[in-house]
Amino acid sequence: MSILRLFSSRAPAPAPAPVPTAPIARERLQILLAHERGSMRGKTDLLMQLREEILAVVERHVKLDPDKVMVRMERGKNVSTLEVDIELPSGSEQAFAATG
Amino acid sequence: MAKVLVVTSGKGGVGKTTSTAAMGAALAQAGQKVVVVDFDVGLRNLDLVLGAERRVVFDLINVVQGIAKLPQALIRDKRLENLWLLPASQTKDKDALTEEGIGRVINELRSSCDWVLCDSPAGIERGAMLAMRFADEAIIVTNPEVSSVRDSDRIIGMLDSKTVRAERGERVEKHVLIARYDAARAARGEMLTIDDILEILATPLLGIIPESQDVLRASNVGSPVTLNSPSSLPARAYADATKRLLGETVPMLVPTERKGLMNLLLGRRAA
Repeated sequence: MSILRLFSSRAPAPAPAPVPTAPIARERLQILLAHERGSMRGKTDLLMQLREEILAVVERHVKLDPDKVMVRMERGKNVSTLEVDIELPSGSEQAFAATG
Repeated sequence: MAKVLVVTSGKGGVGKTTSTAAMGAALAQAGQKVVVVDFDVGLRNLDLVLGAERRVVFDLINVVQGIAKLPQALIRDKRLENLWLLPASQTKDKDALTEEGIGRVINELRSSCDWVLCDSPAGIERGAMLAMRFADEAIIVTNPEVSSVRDSDRIIGMLDSKTVRAERGERVEKHVLIARYDAARAARGEMLTIDDILEILATPLLGIIPESQDVLRASNVGSPVTLNSPSSLPARAYADATKRLLGETVPMLVPTERKGLMNLLLGRRAA
């Protein structure tokens, strides 16, 4: 009994297994680097092309800061999303009101 | 004709200087004539890791500026007669490093030894760019951690575009060296795996150096880990990586979690 107690009571209660975070790290890196490689090595990947074309279309109507246009793609198992985030400069609301 | 090898990473603290010292010593032990060059002007440390900090008289900038001749600045290792150190300057301004001057020094070294190992400073500034500028080969030291892998990717891009070889349309041969690998944490899914890193960086693996007390102990006493504790796991991993650099085929040992019997019995986790 005493020997068993020595082993069983000293053993800490099993902590809940931590969620592995490495897969999240890998996925974040892959997305980020796909973007950075495109912009830094002058390669025209799909996202860069999309970004340029979206920028060109919107710029016909509103003056934009090219740095304020973000195009991101996330690939999931069942669903992939394309996220386009454009920050409009102040004063551009009137342009939209006039045309709309 | 020497091979010029840059040890680089982008990120600081990943193990560039430790790796330069360990592999420089291992190459010298294999009979190669080796010069290790510290490019980290203002923050030199290769002298300290090699235990030569009190023997520095002239430095890289002195040679670049013509104040000293190359043989006057080279410090011969006390343990390995085939190993020399060209220290960085601790006091001068790093702008004193010119591309033309570094090119001259590298050329002179090329004709007098077998390997020139350039220990790059962290970052992507002048010192780092000059350290890789004349390289034939590159070791990119990476830790299994997001910021390190991202910076390595950036550095790989620069090796492919900003080196003399790249500008001539030739390739700089690149190798990834994974340092500070913690098998226990990798097994728990807390650390990027070797496969993850290699897939992301798309660069061949030179070796996996396990995280170990022996590395710190070696730098404490100013001796490369490959000399200070040759039978330790990191020293063996460095020795294997060095053999691969010399063209030998050596099986890659992936460090595994070592659990003591008592730990297994008590169900303890390795720290």
